[in-house]
Amino acid sequence: MKNFEFLFTAWMVVWVVFFVYEVSVARRISQVRQEIERLKQQLQQGQD
Amino acid sequence: MKARLPLTILTALLIFAAGYAALFIAPDEKTMHAIQRIFYFHLPSWIAMFSAFTVVFYANVAYLITRNRKWDALGVSGVEVGVMCCTIGLITGPLWARPVWGIWWTWDARLTSTFILWLLFISYLLLRGLIEDPEKKASLSAIFGIFASLDIPLVYLSNRLWRTQHPQPVILGGPNSGLAPMIAKVLLLCVIAVFCVMILVLVDRYRLEMLRNECAELRFKIESRGSETGSYGLAANQPAMGKAGR
Repeated sequence: MKNFEFLFTAWMVVWVVFFVYEVSVARRISQVRQEIERLKQQLQQGQD
Repeated sequence: MKARLPLTILTALLIFAAGYAALFIAPDEKTMHAIQRIFYFHLPSWIAMFSAFTVVFYANVAYLITRNRKWDALGVSGVEVGVMCCTIGLITGPLWARPVWGIWWTWDARLTSTFILWLLFISYLLLRGLIEDPEKKASLSAIFGIFASLDIPLVYLSNRLWRTQHPQPVILGGPNSGLAPMIAKVLLLCVIAVFCVMILVLVDRYRLEMLRNECAELRFKIESRGSETGSYGLAANQPAMGKAGR
């Protein structure tokens, strides 16, 4: 297949960009959740 | 959240179906042959980008009217997702252009206006990172977002208004435009697949922004309680603003 390398690269770019971005968002969500838990515990400790 | 799993499975199936259809079912284009198949993911990424930036425009206008932080969260989420789709389009375009035109890039109206759009929304994200005050950040971002969105119709109309190296529109492009029925069907499947991915990512990014807002509220509560009691709410060995909550 002529120019297959360009087609393959474009194909990979589309899904790699989507995948990397989604993983980065999921990682950031997990970090913020941990931070929220930590702050909630801190708030509760202050009330006790 | 309950709809998340079925939507993810549906999107994954659509991606496989679209990929298979684009590579094996769509007919070979007479002049460009295999390289034309980039079109099945290049055009849908632009459609996803236009949709994301349209969401940004409405979210920014809604924020300035209502001052509700949810609109700001939707705005920044739309910008990040739109920039991602725009990046895909800006990479896949030159990968198609090199074997077809013999060059990677040319500064014609369509390509230049798209590159400017990408730069504008990158600037939007940089601007947000520079402002600490949440209200000021949201207001200035909304104003800048509306300004940046003015480039969207220009990008869309650029190859209709001016003669460009970029191909003339094949959809809604006038009497001599149009697609072969099978190409149109495969393209529609690819548009739906990429659009579903865009929606999934947008929903996740919005969730992240809302969690960040929650985090900021908790931090504010702790700090204000600390100032009321005369002690600092945050322990000395903990950062005033965690990296995750920025």
